[in-house]
Amino acid sequence: MKGRAWKFGDAISTDHIIPGRYFYLRSNLPELAKHIFEYEKPNFSEKVSRGDFIVAGHNFGQGSSREHAAIVVKMNGIQAVLAKSFARIFYRNCFNSGLPAVICDTDKFGEGDVLELFLDEGRIINYSRNETVSFIPIPPVMKQILSDGGLVEHVKKYGDIRLNL
Amino acid sequence: MGMTLAEKILSEHAGKKVQAGEIVIVQTDLAYAQDGTGPLAVRKIQEMGFEKVFNPRKTIFFLDHAAPSPKFELSNDHTFLRGFSERTGCRISDVGYGISHQVVAEEEVKPGDVVIGADSHTCTGGALSAFATGVGSTDAAVAMALGKIWFRVPETIRVVMNGKLPAGVYGKDIILHLIGKIGAAGATYKALEFAGDAIEHLEMAGRMTIANMAVEAGAKVGIFSSDEITRDWLNRMERPEDFRELASDLDAIYEKTIEIDAKPLKPTIACPHQVDNTRTIDEIGEVSVNQVYLGTSCNGRLEDLRIAADILKGKKIHPKIRMIVTPGSRLVYLEALKDGTMEILIEAGALAMPPGCGACVGLHEGVLGDGEVCLATQPRNFQGRMGSPNSFIYLGSPAVAAATAIEGKIADPRKYL
Ligand code: SF4
Repeated sequence: MKGRAWKFGDAISTDHIIPGRYFYLRSNLPELAKHIFEYEKPNFSEKVSRGDFIVAGHNFGQGSSREHAAIVVKMNGIQAVLAKSFARIFYRNCFNSGLPAVICDTDKFGEGDVLELFLDEGRIINYSRNETVSFIPIPPVMKQILSDGGLVEHVKKYGDIRLNL
Repeated sequence: MGMTLAEKILSEHAGKKVQAGEIVIVQTDLAYAQDGTGPLAVRKIQEMGFEKVFNPRKTIFFLDHAAPSPKFELSNDHTFLRGFSERTGCRISDVGYGISHQVVAEEEVKPGDVVIGADSHTCTGGALSAFATGVGSTDAAVAMALGKIWFRVPETIRVVMNGKLPAGVYGKDIILHLIGKIGAAGATYKALEFAGDAIEHLEMAGRMTIANMAVEAGAKVGIFSSDEITRDWLNRMERPEDFRELASDLDAIYEKTIEIDAKPLKPTIACPHQVDNTRTIDEIGEVSVNQVYLGTSCNGRLEDLRIAADILKGKKIHPKIRMIVTPGSRLVYLEALKDGTMEILIEAGALAMPPGCGACVGLHEGVLGDGEVCLATQPRNFQGRMGSPNSFIYLGSPAVAAATAIEGKIADPRKYL
């Protein structure tokens, strides 16, 4: 599925994604999801379309462990997060929530570019620039969690953690 | 081949010898969540179809971020967590008992443990030689339900600090200096292992501050060898049986070693809005401050309150400063009341809040307004964290906090020692 790129800079924290002051909405995810990137890109939630991409620089998702950050990204219809690098906890949270997080050279994408992600093949087509960007495919363990639909579904399926190590 | 501390602990819990780079499934000794991540963790446990947790005695829900609750939605979350704990026999650490990382350091964590917490600063437990790391709610839910988790065994960066630490320089300055040097992503996915004679002499409170902020460099864990200082801490917490000696092997393989000379270190400040935006106190210039915040999982221990009290004794805080003190736990609060530390702080003009995260996360008890500046001892200064997105957070040690409270601007504590 094709989608548009929404560009962000380096060091986007989970507080940027979903500010700590909406702590009280964490048990009301649909309401919480409306506040995504409130300061970075006002009204993001209304502008974004299903299948779009978040495209960012280094250390995306640094800071708090709140999984709500990955969840609100997914709830807003984002297909995948592409960044030069990710903070550790956020990276895990993405796959656990069934949201692909891809490490690649995001300088190759501009705001609004139309992209298509081929996760298994490790490439992204940028239709706006007629360019293909390759990336090192995601680790097998992440792939497995993703193909099961997230970690909850994985454990539901096996009653255990059954990763092919 | 020798092993790092991370490899040793993960090997023990995987039931086989493992090394950096491998993906392993390990048994967990302790799993906890707080009031911001716990409700989601419980919902994930329920979604997976579990009605019980693997080890209720070692599963804890902390009501520490909104403690006591400032909003009815959060009160409902608290009720939800209390209900789940009651049904499953998990432990609930209710409002006023303390911040998760402080309470588990007092009561639960021991050398060699694998500790999982749905809070990024779970790495505080590394001060007690545990492999303690923060995860999201789903990973915590799996650890609670199954008593295990998967990990990639991290490579280790060894930080060796030798030399005598100058007066007025503390654990907070060491870790801010390190993060300034390697950057907020300088240790992403890695273990940080701390060694050297300056580290060996550092008391437990300072080690906890350093371990707490390992995540601010992106690290998975920040871990120390266990020694006499670890033993003293466990004795003080009345659990001497939990002590065990643990160190990395001499021939362990490190990704790299960073050497730091302790002698030239100065009080160090992280400026808005990134933890790695550090300056020494000599470079900071004139920064006037509205609020000073002493406490948090980073610097809410008795030692921290005492450092501030020693500076504030017999003095008054600046009239335009509000100084908020939040002890890390009920135990810290009681100790600080009994030994007179709290009295000194209150006489100087500080106000005390109940044990918990307090103002750190912008929920209550010291929320910043537009244009306001706070000097805080917490581990993180992202834009808007303590309230308005147009406010400014500077991070420093409890000594800097006390000196700043006196002068009304960020101040050098060394002249008050
Ligand atoms: S005191 Fe601050 S940093 Fe520590 S656990 Fe609480 S909110 Fe997080």
